[in-house]
Amino acid sequence: MSAQLAAAATLSAGTSTGEAFQFWVLGTVAVAGALCTVFMRRAVHSALCLAGTMIILAVFYLANGAYFLGVVQIVVYTGAIMMLFLFVVMLVGVTAADSLKETIKGQRWLALLCGLGFGILLAAGVGNASLKEFTGLGQANANGNVEGLAALIFTKYVFAFEITGALLITAAVGAMVLTHRERTERAKTQREMSEERVRGKHLPPLPAPGVYARHNAVDVAGLLPDGTPAELSVMQTLRQRGQIRDVSAEAISDLKALEQRAEDRLERTNSGPGKGSNRGEASK
Amino acid sequence: MNPVNYLYLAALLFTIGATGVLIRRNAIVVFMCVELMLNACNLAFVTFSRMHGNLDGQVIAFFTMVVAAAEVVVGLAIIVSLFRSRHSASVDDASLMKL
Repeated sequence: MSAQLAAAATLSAGTSTGEAFQFWVLGTVAVAGALCTVFMRRAVHSALCLAGTMIILAVFYLANGAYFLGVVQIVVYTGAIMMLFLFVVMLVGVTAADSLKETIKGQRWLALLCGLGFGILLAAGVGNASLKEFTGLGQANANGNVEGLAALIFTKYVFAFEITGALLITAAVGAMVLTHRERTERAKTQREMSEERVRGKHLPPLPAPGVYARHNAVDVAGLLPDGTPAELSVMQTLRQRGQIRDVSAEAISDLKALEQRAEDRLERTNSGPGKGSNRGEASK
Repeated sequence: MNPVNYLYLAALLFTIGATGVLIRRNAIVVFMCVELMLNACNLAFVTFSRMHGNLDGQVIAFFTMVVAAAEVVVGLAIIVSLFRSRHSASVDDASLMKL
């Protein structure tokens, strides 16, 4: 055992073939995930691609001997941070895809050029450093990775650790302050609400949304007997945002087309007055 | 294989993240690209730790994760409150200070 550790502590020039294979396969996937994060139009897809990249990075941490960090990466990053991202994407609107219109002319090409130059600079910096050999973590991890990290955190880095705690508390308070909304008016009492309801325009419950048989969704206004949509049946929030899906006109035209097709199949000659308009609807 | 390859991968991921920050206009995606850059830095730290044979790099990466968590909490709160007031998560729309 000690001989093995001694061997691991000396400078070595390469890793095992298995690790190289893992690096090239997973590294490709990680880069693909990163590219998808940047270039996917929808924020949800970006978030999922980023989560994949982060899991692969966790595998790389494990391969590099950072066992504690590998687990923390999965728990904290993919478990907590990415899920937080998904929640915010859900709050802010999944449907809001980025528009592809450029607001600053040539910004995209300039950004790609800058990125390319920066990447070349970084790669040249890494390539210039003489890094032919490496030490390996065999000796540092001899008493266990977590124990080694704990020994460092609670001795050498103890002040940084304490300040980190203060930072986390500040961040939590900051998030609460930023998202908290002060109530500007007094909350209505139950009595006031009931009086408002009895004296208001609508005594019975509001009509239900959704059009049965063809559509059944909360953003579709229910149809009145004459076929016009009842705006009141859609939730107030959706009404204010203008997110009502109106299907009354297309539903009626669909129905007309369907009737027309049925008549054609039955080879009935429709000589009624609605024939011309039916043809017109069907051809649409 | 030399662990230097991990450094090249970290540099590549960092570059992709930086390009994403410049290209994208959805604030949430910009934020995700910043996370990608932080992760690339962490990979570089972990690799350095292995190359030098001590655990200091891993401790720094650990602190980076904590700072990233705090940053995400505050940043997402800002995005949510911005969305509430302006009904958009695009960074182009927050241009009230423009002359």
